[in-house]
Amino acid sequence: MNGGPPDARTANGDPLNGGAVHEDPLNGGAVNLLEVDDLVKHFPIQEGAVLRRTVGQVRAVDGVSLTLAPGETLGLVGETGCGKSTLARCIAGLHPVTSGKVTFDGQDITNLSRSAMRPFRRDIQVMFQDPYGSLNPRRRVGSIIADPLVIHGVGTAKERRRAVAELMERVGLNPEHYNRFPAEFSGGQRQRIGVARALALKPRLIICDEPVSALDVSIQAQILNLLKDLQDDFGLTYLFIAHDLSVVRHVSDRIAVMYLGRVAELAEADELYDHPRHPYSDALLSATAVADPDVADRRGRVVLTGDVPSPIDPPSGCRFHPRCPRAQEVCSVREPVLEGAAHLTACHFPIGPGEGAPR
Amino acid sequence: MSLLEVKDLKVGFPTADGLVQAVRGLSFSVDPGRTLAIVGESGSGKTVSTQAILGLLPEADISGSAVFEGVDLLRLDEERLRRIRGSEISVIFQDPLTSLHPLYKVGWQIAEMIRVHDPGVGRAQARRRAVELLGMVGISRPDRRVDDYPHQFSGGMRQRAMIAMALALNPKLVVADEPTTALDATVQAQILDLIAGLQREFDIALVLITHDLGVVAGVADEVMVMYAGLPVERADRRTIYYRPHHPYTKGLLESIPGSTGARQGRLRPIPGQPPSMIAVPSGCAFHPRCRYAMPVCVAERPPLGRVTGDGDHASACWLPHQAIGLGEEAEAVRLRASGAETR
Repeated sequence: MNGGPPDARTANGDPLNGGAVHEDPLNGGAVNLLEVDDLVKHFPIQEGAVLRRTVGQVRAVDGVSLTLAPGETLGLVGETGCGKSTLARCIAGLHPVTSGKVTFDGQDITNLSRSAMRPFRRDIQVMFQDPYGSLNPRRRVGSIIADPLVIHGVGTAKERRRAVAELMERVGLNPEHYNRFPAEFSGGQRQRIGVARALALKPRLIICDEPVSALDVSIQAQILNLLKDLQDDFGLTYLFIAHDLSVVRHVSDRIAVMYLGRVAELAEADELYDHPRHPYSDALLSATAVADPDVADRRGRVVLTGDVPSPIDPPSGCRFHPRCPRAQEVCSVREPVLEGAAHLTACHFPIGPGEGAPR
Repeated sequence: MSLLEVKDLKVGFPTADGLVQAVRGLSFSVDPGRTLAIVGESGSGKTVSTQAILGLLPEADISGSAVFEGVDLLRLDEERLRRIRGSEISVIFQDPLTSLHPLYKVGWQIAEMIRVHDPGVGRAQARRRAVELLGMVGISRPDRRVDDYPHQFSGGMRQRAMIAMALALNPKLVVADEPTTALDATVQAQILDLIAGLQREFDIALVLITHDLGVVAGVADEVMVMYAGLPVERADRRTIYYRPHHPYTKGLLESIPGSTGARQGRLRPIPGQPPSMIAVPSGCAFHPRCRYAMPVCVAERPPLGRVTGDGDHASACWLPHQAIGLGEEAEAVRLRASGAETR
């Protein structure tokens, strides 16, 4: 997250240059905590009750490469169906991937068996959007938070109980509420339970999938501050997925914009917001609601026509070309490559300085 | 004259645990052709109040009055209310999928609504009007899409269809309850533009209910902020965003990433949780979460009173009138008044 004291990312690499692999002179390995290389996840569409045959593929994630440095927050934005949640699940090993590679701390964790994946599950935790849907309503909060410890056989029952009380305290819950049920907590408190559970195994990477989307703004701010404090205290690395661009900008060091299963643009957060180069990022940013009447009145809006095409049959060439105000002939023929040094864009005709929508 | 004038509206729900006081005395008015945004978080009573006015809460205890064109909606029988609902006043809900019947074609549903309210309209004529309306709300090839089922529409198109339906009978007042909350940013922007454009074109009064201060920043004429079943502040759009008086409004603004000056720094969330609506805090319901709370805030409920020098700017807070805005001077006034500086 932004604005913190000098942290791990400063020591380990330039956040602007997260696309490159940094060599660690001590152990000779890569120092990126996470590397995703050309990840593809297709879901087959099957027909027929008896003789099932595959009639198509939902190309949810279609060739995504990312890196995360330790202590960094990478924001992942995009609209419904862009593949951001699928990508997160592939990274966490919750979906087998179709092709490509996921490397965690220098080790290939792509499509590992359950047992081989087990040690990595401690290091990689996922936090989901709906704090109610992901908490068993019939179990007590303390035992929900203790679950990861039990599953991984950490400590004795007494030690676990103490660990849970500490966790509850740390995320702003009253440890005396150990024996309460999820329904007795408000939405913000339930998300704190989710945070405590994600922290239980002292993970290194937390994948936050829309962690504050279901919360009211005043509570959302509490959770965002909590996530930031925890990152500073424990040196956590976040992959932060959200559709709310102001939230993503607030928490992220770098941001990747996804469209139809691919990364359209990837840059340092302020750079992306102030100088978007991909026409889709520009449109997305210009459409984002801002709680400032002057800004709302002043800025221009790039209105996109039509809806997002189906990921079953994405458009040829650049997937954004049918809706792109800058599209030319080549865009429907040749797929642009995500390129650039610090600010990566997959566009044949990227937006130059001063060309974007006024904001 | 106001198109809709709501006075001292109270809505309660009897439950096993006690009476849930969802709305505790709400007054507001809407003028023709104007947009009033009602902003509040979950449980603030923003949705319940409009549903009560429209007669959509049969099981609730409702008191007060809601006069629409000289008629008190709260005193009307179901039949007369039904006639006004849809034709004079229409509603756009958050989730268009639950408002559109999945088994009927979109065009048929629009046409049927026209025919129910005006039996003199023939089938063919109603269908033509449905096509026209779908075109008006920006559905391409409306002559073909009129025969689609709701599931064949995307989320944005469904919300457009709902808007078409809401406008089908030329209403004077449209209540839009979180109309864009379920939509992606780019679609949300399209729908807000559409609603604003149609409102201007047909001179409709619009009540826009939302939890999102970002959504109304560019749309509303007037903003009313609600907390725990009561309006806490009401003013024109700019005043609410730049010169808020009520600490809750200020807290909301400071909770939004990117809205305060210190964008990169920490957000300033409102501490604590929203109150129980069964045991509502005494005095000002916001006092347990307010960092400027004074003894009077616990003892007495502040009236929604005019803040000096700002025309229609009203705030329900015991802090002095000078405590306006997000700047340091106002903060000094607040701290001095509340004694927080010495604590």
